[in-house]
Amino acid sequence: MEQTPFYQTHVDAGAKMGAFAGYDMPLFYPLGVMKEHEHTRAAAGLFDISHMVHVSLSGAEAAALVARLCPYHADQQTIGQARYTFMLNKDGGIIDDLIVTRLGDERYLIVANAGCAEKDVAHIQAEATPFDVTVEILPRAFLALQGPKAEAVLGAHFDVASMDFMTAQEPADGWFVSRTGYTGEDGFEIAMPKADGVGFAEKLLADDRVEWIGLGARDSLRLEAGLPLYGQDLSEEITPHEAGLIWAIPKDLRGGGGHIGADALAEKIEAGRNRMRVALLPEGRPVRGGTDLVDDAGNNIGTVTSGGFGPSLKGPMAMALVSVSAADAEIFADMRGKQIPMKRVKPPFVAHNYKR
Amino acid sequence: MSKIYYTDEHEWLSVEGDVATVGITNHAQEQLGDLVFVELPDVGTELEQGDDGVVVESVKAASDVYAPASGTVVEVNEKLNDDAALVNAGAEGDGWLYKMKLSDSSQLDELLDADGYQALIS
Repeated sequence: MEQTPFYQTHVDAGAKMGAFAGYDMPLFYPLGVMKEHEHTRAAAGLFDISHMVHVSLSGAEAAALVARLCPYHADQQTIGQARYTFMLNKDGGIIDDLIVTRLGDERYLIVANAGCAEKDVAHIQAEATPFDVTVEILPRAFLALQGPKAEAVLGAHFDVASMDFMTAQEPADGWFVSRTGYTGEDGFEIAMPKADGVGFAEKLLADDRVEWIGLGARDSLRLEAGLPLYGQDLSEEITPHEAGLIWAIPKDLRGGGGHIGADALAEKIEAGRNRMRVALLPEGRPVRGGTDLVDDAGNNIGTVTSGGFGPSLKGPMAMALVSVSAADAEIFADMRGKQIPMKRVKPPFVAHNYKR
Repeated sequence: MSKIYYTDEHEWLSVEGDVATVGITNHAQEQLGDLVFVELPDVGTELEQGDDGVVVESVKAASDVYAPASGTVVEVNEKLNDDAALVNAGAEGDGWLYKMKLSDSSQLDELLDADGYQALIS
């Protein structure tokens, strides 16, 4: 199992470690998932996200390669702009969801999920062959600082107050700071050379407003924010249309374009989707991913893809993929024969607090 | 005078006569983290040793708690329905899960004592 540059720091902080995407990662610290979650919503949470992969694309045809890999107008992307997008397979299914930032005329940075690193890199390298582009995996330490105090904390180290949500800068050689995150809170993601990681984390932790936050609270925070997680809510078999992510594709590219999967996705959009991602409130108890959903007659209508307890919501919450024809009727989770009513709600479960 | 037994699945039983109070160990609650929900069996449920009698849910995951011995559930800790975190606060005390009337007390002979359990987790 691999370790991030912060492994010993987590152990010294008393973290309970566990396997995630091939890395030994902190699941929670002595503070506990509940308080870590609440701390992030109230102050500033520090997350080790070094397991995520950073792929640099540079060269005269970098924009053309990004436009081939991802369904958006990469050539029109402003320098310093970060964008949520995905790579599609030939059938229009999602290979991975990503943040792609344009760092220069001929330079892009892809930040991809840890669990997809190997297949993403293989896919990018294979597609890059005909293009004049250099593909590099950047060895980086990567931290997220999330919460309403993140700007004030990070402001002691970088000029970040003027940054808008979904923008990025490179404050020093090998450093990258973006106003992004996956908690629903304002916050930043900071990449740096591996050797600089622990020292910088210690500087941030010297601020009383900062606490380490583990993967347990990372999951409850993102689920409250209604954000899908690849491998649970998204997969190669699910299209952006089904996942409710069509907003991330420009209108003029939904009917076709030069990106991989364009025709297949256009056909599927035209035909209409049979299933859709929804947000549900389970009555009384948490309902976990993998649980079957049924209608009032007991017919299977879908599956819970993510489920858990929301510390800020103060109750259970779930994301699910359900038949469109059953989405507006009564939905129940089938828990070993017991039927738990699931109330459909409009996501997010907890309002976003982004800096716009 | 009660006697306390442990299992290698991180449960404890406090036995008085033929009734055992069952819970998870303090070590187990530390590993699970903050609990948010406990699904208790109905009183009267007959459990075989190894059955998943209880589900404890942390913020992130659900875990089965196996019946450490065979018997009939005679009482459950109703307080957990309102406050699952009682298990975190006192796993081997107020955070007990249920009481069962043992059907085969010879099963206890195979369980661990406190020293044996300490050796297992250290």
